[in-house]
Amino acid sequence: MEMSDAPPHPIAAPSGSSQPGYTPFPAAGNISDADRENLRRHGVLMTSFEELYNWGRSNSIWPLQFGLACCAIEMIAAATARFDIARFGAEIFRPSPRQADLMIVSGTVTKKMAPLVVRLWNQMPEPKYCIAMGACAISGGPFKQGYNVLKGIDRFMPVDIYIPGCPPRPEALLNGLVQLQQKIKGEKLTGPHAANFTRADKPSEYPIPEYGAHDLEPTKNDTVWAPPGQKS
Amino acid sequence: MTTSVETLEQLRVRLLIRFPAADVTLVTNPGSSAEHSLLFGAAHAREIALFLRDDSQLALDYCSNATGIDWPDKEITEVTKTFVPDPAGGPAKTVEHKTTHLQPGYLESVYHLYSMALKHGPVIIRVRTANRSDQVTIPSLTPVWRSCDFQEREIFDLYGIVFEGHPDLRRLLMWDEFKDHPMRKDYVEPDDYEWEPTAHGDVAERAKQHASFVAGGATSATASAADPGLISVTSPKDGPGSASPATPKPEGLKP
Repeated sequence: MEMSDAPPHPIAAPSGSSQPGYTPFPAAGNISDADRENLRRHGVLMTSFEELYNWGRSNSIWPLQFGLACCAIEMIAAATARFDIARFGAEIFRPSPRQADLMIVSGTVTKKMAPLVVRLWNQMPEPKYCIAMGACAISGGPFKQGYNVLKGIDRFMPVDIYIPGCPPRPEALLNGLVQLQQKIKGEKLTGPHAANFTRADKPSEYPIPEYGAHDLEPTKNDTVWAPPGQKS
Repeated sequence: MTTSVETLEQLRVRLLIRFPAADVTLVTNPGSSAEHSLLFGAAHAREIALFLRDDSQLALDYCSNATGIDWPDKEITEVTKTFVPDPAGGPAKTVEHKTTHLQPGYLESVYHLYSMALKHGPVIIRVRTANRSDQVTIPSLTPVWRSCDFQEREIFDLYGIVFEGHPDLRRLLMWDEFKDHPMRKDYVEPDDYEWEPTAHGDVAERAKQHASFVAGGATSATASAADPGLISVTSPKDGPGSASPATPKPEGLKP
């Protein structure tokens, strides 16, 4: 491929645009993506507010700085010079949920810790996203049949990206982050398919479970999670 | 390297000379690990521990580990043989009598002691409670070795041994509202089984129990939902055709 004299513009459709699940934002009118690219080479930038907005926030995700177990070590490694999560604009780990966009649930969520994780999630402002990192955060992992570990954080709050692994490599976390960026870039701000954070009727806070005599009460939030084979 | 039986026996004799009223027993471990230990009666455990720490020859100044053990009630069968002479003058018959008695269970706290000053150890000591239900108090050794603090709290949390004299005896791992002690042998977990793709062993057993539990619940739910009289009472204006979709589908019926 010959070298283009102009560097690729960041707003141009990403190379993964042909992947399933990613819908490039349609340009205004009947202008095709190829026509837009031609115009851009001539110095005419055609975009929409939605595309610009999503491009901006997907490239500046501020994760919440908290870790629960060994996955957190991999998350820390992803922030070091070797893996450098700053390449994807997500290096600003915030110690306050009020300033964070992304919760990386990195590690085992014990039943004792689960209410605090949900509370942190409720304290984060919209738009907010959640990555369940590692087998424990997804399903309880090796501790699933124990008495003290939550069988997945997704039974109390919505999860956008699941990263399998025990623990996942930093590259896997970065891949999950890129997946999340693509998800953000595909979100609609208006219309019937507008993202949840634009809609007042969608919840942004979730009930915090109470400590019971033997288990959390309730053990799951029925509005966000149903047992396998029992779609709600 | 663990302390040999001979050394522990010498130590036991020495302790009995120092504390004549104390109850000190040597517990041998026949396994290859040969981790023999000394069992102390709860009444004198604290003073003996202080002696172990402060004696110049022992100087066991460091408790590296404290852990709990649950010994449940155990049924012990003893066979006694008696010879019954034959009145007719024949050979005596051997009659076996089997007697079973229940050895009551108890909880046990085990401490591994080392000497940093003299570089020896471990000396393993044990203290037992009277039973597993209401007399579960033994003296805390946290005033003797500070490192026992969190570990005795953990034993209190998971086994339910109450350490008398502990400065801050609260649950360590489970939440304060939690009832029961999960590491006891007779602990029953809440039925929170979920679908597993390759259930086997204990997990398969739990799957069966859970399935029977769900099936029992689903039968009654189906009976009430299929009862047309119940539907007409709850929604008298609706016809039977419009009422049936509104009926909640019982969860347990799904394959």
